[in-house]
Amino acid sequence: MLLQLKQVSLSFAGNTVLHDVNFGVDSGVIHSLIGPNGAGKTSMFNVITGFYRPQAGDITLDGERIVRRKPHAVTRLGIARTFQNVRLFREMSVLENVMAGQHCRTRSGALAAVLRLPSQRAEERQILETSLECLEFVGLLDYQERLATNLSYGHQRRVEIARALATQPKLLLLDEPAAGLNTSEKHALIELIRRIRDERGVAVLLIEHDMSLVMSVSEQISVLDHGSLITEGDPQTVQNDPRVIEAYLGQDDEELAL
Amino acid sequence: MNDHSAPTTDEPKPRNLFQRLYAAFESPGRRRFLHAVIIAILIITPWVSSQYTTVILTNALLYVVLCLGLNIVVGYAGLLDLGYAAFFAVGAYTVGILTQQFGINFWAAIPFAIMAAALAGVIIGGPTLRLRSDYLAIVTLGFGEIVRFTARNLEITGGASGLSHIPEPSLFGWHIDNSIDFYYVFVVLAVLAYIASQRLFDSRLGRAWLYVRHDEDAAEAMGINRVATKLAAYIIGAIFGAVGGIFFSVNLGAISPESFSFQQSVLILLAVVLGGMGKIPGVILGAFIVVLGPELLREFGTLRLLIFAVLLLLIMLFRPSGIWPEKRS
Repeated sequence: MLLQLKQVSLSFAGNTVLHDVNFGVDSGVIHSLIGPNGAGKTSMFNVITGFYRPQAGDITLDGERIVRRKPHAVTRLGIARTFQNVRLFREMSVLENVMAGQHCRTRSGALAAVLRLPSQRAEERQILETSLECLEFVGLLDYQERLATNLSYGHQRRVEIARALATQPKLLLLDEPAAGLNTSEKHALIELIRRIRDERGVAVLLIEHDMSLVMSVSEQISVLDHGSLITEGDPQTVQNDPRVIEAYLGQDDEELAL
Repeated sequence: MNDHSAPTTDEPKPRNLFQRLYAAFESPGRRRFLHAVIIAILIITPWVSSQYTTVILTNALLYVVLCLGLNIVVGYAGLLDLGYAAFFAVGAYTVGILTQQFGINFWAAIPFAIMAAALAGVIIGGPTLRLRSDYLAIVTLGFGEIVRFTARNLEITGGASGLSHIPEPSLFGWHIDNSIDFYYVFVVLAVLAYIASQRLFDSRLGRAWLYVRHDEDAAEAMGINRVATKLAAYIIGAIFGAVGGIFFSVNLGAISPESFSFQQSVLILLAVVLGGMGKIPGVILGAFIVVLGPELLREFGTLRLLIFAVLLLLIMLFRPSGIWPEKRS
């Protein structure tokens, strides 16, 4: 297991958001986390990445405890994420955005920068090279000079993925990566997710509402409902699990139509 | 919805005379030429102008150092600081006390002054950087006043009358004592502050300040420690302020608490905002305007501050994000 959650519980002011969740992601798999709206999927992402502190439970990455660590420390240990609403540094260039990811892999400080030490310059080159490679990987090399805010929504999502990849993670968390994308962009996204795993060996955990995307790309699916994991398995198993169908029943039509 | 426009469509196009002028100095070769011209003007000026002008320009160059320091805190890291004069005071008083009261050599006192300022940066920054920007402004304002009142009430700082007879420094037999000597010292300081600002801005730390300013959560998610990053801005800003203070104290030979008043903090902040936060040439321009403006308007007599205030208002009305334009659109 690459990522392991043991009996994780999270509540806000008495409202239970996650209840006794046991969950794991294997290295090198594409794993989806699904569930109705409000099931606690994004909260689970926030717990894993250190943005929320669970009241109980343990989380490990590659055997190392990451629970109660600050988000930046979790990222350094190898978990990168994107946000449900794209959160790029809007007034900065696409390249500068991606360079942010390299911050946790480099160490030059103020003095090295002011003196332009050779080590600092070598590091700056490394940051640039890695960032350009990540941009090329998502197919946006030509857009490096543009301001992030001037890109189309689909491209912004790709920049966010490139930025996350620039942290050189072991595990990439994608929060609804297909939201707001058109059909062709969704196909391109499926291909990108597969390439992230195949070519870079990065495990991917995604939250997604688009069931056709989830079913086609995932090797493992976990279903969350009312803060509890109700079932896990490969797409076939999950699709035919009565508990899953039940969880989605009573949801609005949009969810049912999936 | 599906925007596949060519990557070049939103390249900035020079619109007015101002922007065309600025754009002309975007290329490295031309910028180097501009730097050389400015340095040459700075070197020649004291030989062709009055002593009065030299003294005023020295003050402007001091402000360049202070404003570039505050620009790191306010412009890069986005932390509103209303008590920046405190760091200026820490630098000035540390050197004043060590040289005048303990007879320590000026150059040997500098590292202590810088360390004292860095420590002050940690003391004010450590507990407050989790605060939101407007609360931070209040706390820094209080800190500035605390430092001033402390200086006013301690014996070692000379109380309300301050310290006088701070010895002038020598460097390899060159006794730095007249106004032209100090002018050149401040030219060197301003140039160093400029280079340091530029290099910090183009570095990993400089980008981290921008990331944290734009979106703290996204920056954290990218592995950037926001508290450490902000603290670094505070400490570096404090060091710039202290360097200004160190040379300010030996230039005047005397310092008093009133040199480091709230008004001083406001003037420095005014120059940064006026020139354009985060924009180095703009901040330098702002420093010169704030110092030279009232001097150039001297012939208007008692009306000069009113006229200056109206001019500042007009500038902020027409260029709300500062005189200097954004680098890119």
